Amino acid sequence: MTDTTESLFQRARAGRLGRRLLAERLSGYWFTAAGYLAIALFAAITLLLLYRSLPILSEYPLVAMLTSADWNPAQNSFGFLPAIVGTVYVTFLSMAMGIPIAVGAAVYIAEYAEGRRKTLVASFIDVLAAIPSVIFGLVALIVVVPFVGTYVAPAFGGGTAGVGIFTVSLVMAIVVTPFMISLSVESLESLPDELRETSLGVGATKFETIRSVLLRAAGPGIFSAVLLGFGRVFGATIVPALLIGGQTQLPNSIFSTGQTLPTLIVNDFGELMSLPLTQSALIFVGLMLVVVVWLFNFGAMLFRRRLQRRWQY
Amino acid sequence: MNETPLETDTLSVTYTGDREIEAVKGVSIAFPANRLTTIIGPSGCGKSTLLKSLNRLHEIQQHVEIDGDVLLSGDSVYDTDEPAPEIRKQIGYVPQTPTALPLSIYENVAYGLRIHDDYESKADLDEKVETYLRKVNLWEEVHDRMDAPGAELSTGQIQRLCVARSLAVEPEVLLCDEVTSALDPISAESVEETLEALKSEYTIVMVTHSMAQARRLADRVVFLYLGEVVEAGDVRSFFEDPQTERTRQFIGGPTPVDPGSAGDTTEAEDASTAAELAASSPPEES
Amino acid sequence: MNRYAKQRLFGAAVRAAALLVVGVMVLVVSVTLVRGGRVLLTDPAIVVTPPGSRYMLEGTGGFLHAVLGSVFVVGPATAISMVFAVSTATYLQSDYSSERFSESVNMFLNVLWGTPPIVYGVFVLTIIIAIGAQTSLFFGVVAIAIFQYPIMTRYTDEALRAAPDGVRESTYGLGATRFESARMTVRAAAPGIIAGLIMGFARGIGDAATVLFTTGRSTRMPGGLFDAATTLPVLIFDQAMSFNPEVRSHAYAASFVLTVVVLGLILVSKLLAGRYARYTPGG
Repeated sequence: MTDTTESLFQRARAGRLGRRLLAERLSGYWFTAAGYLAIALFAAITLLLLYRSLPILSEYPLVAMLTSADWNPAQNSFGFLPAIVGTVYVTFLSMAMGIPIAVGAAVYIAEYAEGRRKTLVASFIDVLAAIPSVIFGLVALIVVVPFVGTYVAPAFGGGTAGVGIFTVSLVMAIVVTPFMISLSVESLESLPDELRETSLGVGATKFETIRSVLLRAAGPGIFSAVLLGFGRVFGATIVPALLIGGQTQLPNSIFSTGQTLPTLIVNDFGELMSLPLTQSALIFVGLMLVVVVWLFNFGAMLFRRRLQRRWQY
Repeated sequence: MNETPLETDTLSVTYTGDREIEAVKGVSIAFPANRLTTIIGPSGCGKSTLLKSLNRLHEIQQHVEIDGDVLLSGDSVYDTDEPAPEIRKQIGYVPQTPTALPLSIYENVAYGLRIHDDYESKADLDEKVETYLRKVNLWEEVHDRMDAPGAELSTGQIQRLCVARSLAVEPEVLLCDEVTSALDPISAESVEETLEALKSEYTIVMVTHSMAQARRLADRVVFLYLGEVVEAGDVRSFFEDPQTERTRQFIGGPTPVDPGSAGDTTEAEDASTAAELAASSPPEES
Repeated sequence: MNRYAKQRLFGAAVRAAALLVVGVMVLVVSVTLVRGGRVLLTDPAIVVTPPGSRYMLEGTGGFLHAVLGSVFVVGPATAISMVFAVSTATYLQSDYSSERFSESVNMFLNVLWGTPPIVYGVFVLTIIIAIGAQTSLFFGVVAIAIFQYPIMTRYTDEALRAAPDGVRESTYGLGATRFESARMTVRAAAPGIIAGLIMGFARGIGDAATVLFTTGRSTRMPGGLFDAATTLPVLIFDQAMSFNPEVRSHAYAASFVLTVVVLGLILVSKLLAGRYARYTPGG
């Protein structure tokens, strides 16, 4: 079928077959364009954000901005360190709280629960993965904030406001756990029964089987689940904006208020339109988020491939 | 109608993926009109590849190269201005796995007619659907539930539905790719009966790995081994008087088969013996 | 500690983990439903009442503007995104492109899926600034559509791959063109595609970060495609930070609506998938 598109248009007037061939040709062009859309979107996001970050990048040295703790756009000082530290704290803490719980619950669903209880727990968690994070934030305002402010923070010598890095981390751990559980359960359940039988057959206990065989064999899948959780915490916007306190300062403890990279954008959004340099600085924050998430993703793909080779069964 | 509606002329098919494999090597065979020709041979010997290259169906895969030609009523299938869908309309294909399209029973049969616009009116379409469902002995079983999903039928019924669907576009040749291998014995029998009834009216090319089936159904047999035709001929002479040693081995043991007892020995033949045979073949052949 | 004690301890630990997760989830849902339900019971009209002129300050009127905003933003966005998702996924099948190409596109899709929604918000905002436009309903649609696109494409791609090969072979064998065959494959994959559609819709309707900067956080009824608007999650976000308890109570009512919609969607997707499964070949 090497006809030109014009000749196909002519054939289309002649009859049914011509019309079908024309539809085939035109739909082919459309699908091809759509096929490259993901790559185009990726490139467009990177390039546009980079282009719009150039004003701030050409004004101040990158290293100085990343290591300066002084964030005051009105005075033209753009130090990203507080937000970066806040983001690292939140990400690290909520992953530390979320991963063990998520893996444990996943093991329970995949290896322990049976019958109706299993379906019930699993579908419950699936459904909850779909609840918007803003609702978690809202509920946290009346449940977690007083709890942390009254009991947890004072016990560790923190303030009594209740908002801050720890609160955000706790709530984000709750938000991402269902996602991590769903994906981990999937990869545990896709393992062949022979793996379980082989291990149990040499006299290993269920715990030993899970620890030394199943969690390794399902490792790449669980790793993906964790990575997904990481991405969600790292880029979380609404929950931190509600609960972190919005103070752009270096946090002195995990209970202090602070800022994350996304909340920096949310809080200073009002000024964004008016001051070109602030605008550029906040777009640069967006670029940082993109670059880190993408580097992690591409790095993780390579790492995952290695895991798959080492822990293959 | 032409006496040989379909023939191949030194047809070669090469897969050019990671490894280059010549699956069909310079095959020239003629498929006579209104006869059922079976292509037999052990698994992986290029039967399906040959079948799919007859109506350019392999073109939906990547990395396949064709050399030689296929002639439909004397006209080249490859060197032509006709687009591949038109070729495939004239040379129908029934896949190995019984597949109902995600449509009602009625629309499954009407699908080809609709895409080719091969009907005058709704009444004409109704009539054609009924005609072809009757041809495959399915009408009685499904006429009262034509709007039910095709996927709700049993696998044997679905496979007959597939045959009806292919016949409805009135192809000159019908290709069947191991159409009974995914079926239970009873369903397979119903499909075989359908093919038996159709073979005097249609030119059918059927791939099978079951010797017994070839013997029951075929008018002609082509024995394909490692991409080459070892022997081709009338079903009687093929099974009763095989011309080559390899054919004799394949159809039933190392010695020439006694015509009287051939039926019993070949009934037991199946794919596994054929595969074993292929595995134990002398190295110079591969 | 001997092996069997360890084993029992481990069993208890994973049970506790599951119990904790389920307990927290029950807490979140019941707080939302009870609190929101209480507000809605006393004044159910707030869902269908337009906001008063000082709504965010005094809580006069209702939040119909956000309900409509959600519908007008997420509905069209899902439709647009679906068209692109199905087209892209079709192109990724072997009929159209090589395995290598579809693998690398899938890699990009995964990365886009993991990209924080706020990045899409900033991206669209940057476009708005670049072309000198105003934040509006239209750009909310664009941002949500971009956000949904990788999710729905991955679901559709997987559904198409799982469709039986027989559908392609049958349609081609009947003389269908590649386009006609692809349409039938899409039909055969309908349950999976619909699951992706609903997932995309559910994610889209629950996301605040993408629309926060792009629709304008309006407190009036949406007036048109290029008029400022707001959506339920953004409204809840804004209300949650209010000092007025009346306004804060509306946040729970809005959360109730949003939760019910999302849970309803998932139920609908399960029912729909069951209906379509009847037509799916290969049982």
